[in-house]
Amino acid sequence: MSTFPLTGSQTVGPFFGPGLLREDARRNVLTQPETVGERIRIEGRVLDGDGIPVPDAMVEIWQANAHGRYNHPADQGPVSLDPTFLGFGRAGTGEDGSYWFETIKPGPVSFSKEQQQAPHICITVFARGLLNHVVTRLYFEDEPANALDPILQYVPEERRATLLARRESEGAPVVYRFDIILQGAGETAFFNV
Amino acid sequence: MKQITIGDIVRGDQEVFPPYLYEAYQSTRRRAPTLPLIEVPLTLSELTGPGPAISAITPEDADLTRNAGTGGEAIGQRIIMTGRILDDRGNPVPNTLLEIWQANAAGRYLHKRDQWPGPLDPNFLGMGRCLTNEKGVYRFLTIRPGAYPWKNHPNAWRPAHIHFSVFGPSTLSRLVTQMYFPDDPLHSIDPVMNSIPTEDARKRLIATYDHSVTEPEWALGYRWDIVLHGPYATPFELPQREETR
Repeated sequence: MSTFPLTGSQTVGPFFGPGLLREDARRNVLTQPETVGERIRIEGRVLDGDGIPVPDAMVEIWQANAHGRYNHPADQGPVSLDPTFLGFGRAGTGEDGSYWFETIKPGPVSFSKEQQQAPHICITVFARGLLNHVVTRLYFEDEPANALDPILQYVPEERRATLLARRESEGAPVVYRFDIILQGAGETAFFNV
Repeated sequence: MKQITIGDIVRGDQEVFPPYLYEAYQSTRRRAPTLPLIEVPLTLSELTGPGPAISAITPEDADLTRNAGTGGEAIGQRIIMTGRILDDRGNPVPNTLLEIWQANAAGRYLHKRDQWPGPLDPNFLGMGRCLTNEKGVYRFLTIRPGAYPWKNHPNAWRPAHIHFSVFGPSTLSRLVTQMYFPDDPLHSIDPVMNSIPTEDARKRLIATYDHSVTEPEWALGYRWDIVLHGPYATPFELPQREETR
């Protein structure tokens, strides 16, 4: 098996907006009226090592549907697809570093034949100054399944809180706050994937 | 002499991917993660990804010379950018979305934060997208972008480049990068390009001029292939537990 050498990554730079965030490429709202699941709103900020908001970042999310199934050929069930739910979101940050998504809370997805993962959302962040994107996960702080999640256990205990979105309101939709701290105090745990 | 730090936190292959901290590129200094990345088993979450679903619904817009909606044509050296998207076993990656963006022929982006006095071109937006065909081949018609100044250091200029964003089949294959043009004297003094750790890997970001792609009386042809991480691993299986009786 010959291995073809990979193409390296480069920063998105500061000027990606017109290309990657054009009207039909920006996806803050993942739901349609018929989408099954508990409506949630994710709000947060991307912050640098000085706590200064990053106004030129892009956040992409990828998640399973309410039943815990990814809209992807590698996920063969057994739970059903939701034809109204793609599971992909893309948002730019504002001048205050803020981003938001309207989505549904994902169901638990399989880890192995015997074990499931706690509900989570995969997060990728691109920005000027990030020569390679960063990859992390959002978990829900009020989710009991976190205690048994097989991936969280790889995260040093003192850093796990950086992956927990804080439940902020009881209204509809429920707001979960998830700040992404690129560097320094409270630095988000990022994965090598 | 000033010490320029190159960090050791790298996501992915250290021979290919840049470190997050590369001080010569100033913007990395306060944005680079400094704590070790967490090594985790790959699960269905990483072995899936938005590529297939988003590629199926995104319309193509692959002619940047005429997509400004003005009826006019962009000014500049018309070029055909083509190549293949492969995985690291050399298999083509079909039907996957590429998004590109670039400066105009004068080196100016259509962006409110780009304020250097290069002229804007009303007929050029500098963005496009297309899908690879069943053989993994993509093709754009655009104009050759100009180099442009930036404020990273005194008299800093970025070499001409086109930004590429590619999904591929999984989260592992997601890539955003930049493609450069051959024989550009600015390559050796560009900290963004030089953040790539090896000469071989830097060379792989440079397109080649290909006269067989060039179309007579029309446009110059450039070829550039992209190799993505493949989704080979199967989801992590825990060792079977011994049944206790």
